[in-house]
Amino acid sequence: MTDLTSLTIAEAREGLASKSFTARELTDAHLVAIEAARVLNAYVLETPDRAREMAKAADEKIAKGEGGPLAGIPLGIKDLFATRDIRTTACSKILGNFIPPYESTVTSQLWRDGAVLLGKLNNDEFAMGSSNETSCFGPVTNPWRREGSNTTLVPGGSSGGSASAVAASLCMGATATDTGGSIRQPAAFTATVGIKPTYGRCSRWGIVAFASSLDQAGPIARTTRDAAILMRSMAGHDPKDTTSVDIAVPDYEAAIGKSVKGMKIGIPREYRLDGMPAEIEKLWSEGAQWLKAAGAELVEVSLPHTKYALPAYYIVAPAEASSNLARYDGVRYGLREPGKNVIEMYENTRADGFGDEVRRRVLIGTYVLSAGYYDAYYLRAQKVRTLIKKDFEDCFAKGVSAILTPATPSAAFGIGEKGGADPVEMYLNDIFTVTVNMAGLPGIAVPAGKDMQGLPLGLQLIGRPFDEETLFSLGEVIQQAAGRFTAPKWW
Amino acid sequence: MSVDATTVRRIAHLARIAVSDAEVPHLQGELNAMLAFVEQLSEVNIDGVEPMTSVTPMEMKKRADVVNDGEIADAIVRNAPDTVNDFFLVPKVVE
Repeated sequence: MTDLTSLTIAEAREGLASKSFTARELTDAHLVAIEAARVLNAYVLETPDRAREMAKAADEKIAKGEGGPLAGIPLGIKDLFATRDIRTTACSKILGNFIPPYESTVTSQLWRDGAVLLGKLNNDEFAMGSSNETSCFGPVTNPWRREGSNTTLVPGGSSGGSASAVAASLCMGATATDTGGSIRQPAAFTATVGIKPTYGRCSRWGIVAFASSLDQAGPIARTTRDAAILMRSMAGHDPKDTTSVDIAVPDYEAAIGKSVKGMKIGIPREYRLDGMPAEIEKLWSEGAQWLKAAGAELVEVSLPHTKYALPAYYIVAPAEASSNLARYDGVRYGLREPGKNVIEMYENTRADGFGDEVRRRVLIGTYVLSAGYYDAYYLRAQKVRTLIKKDFEDCFAKGVSAILTPATPSAAFGIGEKGGADPVEMYLNDIFTVTVNMAGLPGIAVPAGKDMQGLPLGLQLIGRPFDEETLFSLGEVIQQAAGRFTAPKWW
Repeated sequence: MSVDATTVRRIAHLARIAVSDAEVPHLQGELNAMLAFVEQLSEVNIDGVEPMTSVTPMEMKKRADVVNDGEIADAIVRNAPDTVNDFFLVPKVVE
């Protein structure tokens, strides 16, 4: 029998339906793979007992012909999603041993549809990071290495555990979240497919909040089809999240293989950065040619405020984070460090519980919201955000169906290589992805090639609000042309 | 704009994060690097631009003003570091 962990979700669905194997066998194969890959540090909590129970339940349902769309499909869940009775930490020491008495809406929909929980996946602390190095559980290792090198590379972040686990076949797909690029950048670093849906498409209820006006959940998977299958289960209106949008969830999978003939694809000139590596430039034009060959029309477009997206983000996101993270005070849950009065208890708890990056962002967020600075920083950034969104609206108003850009300015880098002296060096990783969050748009990252050192590179497609289907159709064209990339197993 | 050591201490206190004297210069450098980076926003013309308040143009749905959950004190205090009889315990606040 072929290795069950190498199947796609679509293939596993077929195998389960035709009784070629059971959900229990599929889950067991993944549990074995997870155990053998602990060196990657992708999982921060393995839940094998729960997984076997859920797989058994899925087998019973499948036998009765009642299996849901994800019946028996084993998934990993980013540790930002609250899972009932299963430790959820956001990979922060301050949440300690938090055991949620509730389930996030997104994960509850996955279980409703029959999916199996393998465990909780590593991420940057509170999803703040682009390399998964800020996790209190330590960094995640990318299954990809430079050709002929043993250097340990980051999988990107913040959904580094999700990307690494999917790329290394430690789950068939994973949940992830994206505030500035946290789904798409790690997907690009690991040759996986990641989609950040339109803001409001997935409920944020039960997901540990980072920056509420930017956070969105989405899947990471090995193919565009698998991502589409997962998206359908994850999306949908939720009365518990007032920002979730009450519109019907389409069958995203039906968009896979749909013709892209006649679609106008925008190529934004502002994404052509000075000093951009030639291989990124090459990949980008190759991607454009693939779409053209499939019948799409390429048009140059302008998004004039692109360069201001990242600085505006580093005001808006920390401001919202400083407000959201005010709840970690050592009173209702998580860590408590004693102090001689209540204020000192708060200060000691938060000093000990937050890592360096989180502390930095809470401080900068507190500063830009403080009296006398609000107008100069926060209000100005929110106005710039309006302009960034308008850039995209103007572009779509001209009939552009989607915009093609590189996903990241480079391939994966080594652990400890970036951001040591200047935090901004790390932030620049999100230069191509952050605009999408600022404008609330959907964006997909699809593997498209490799750099000269054999590391995967991805392309990003940015779509109109709630038009994820077009992104799946275009993403599939790129995937068909580029082929799939699998990391050689060394662990 | 940039922050001095006094401001770093003031922000840290506002954010309720204890910062030791030894950490201040380092934090000051990092915060100033971030502030220098966002400084470029001052060159954008924002005259007459509305600040974004909601990224998706939509009416916020409101639920009916009725009790729809409750009687779950056990679940609420389950994760607390210190409790007594369904109350959260904190260090003495009033002398």
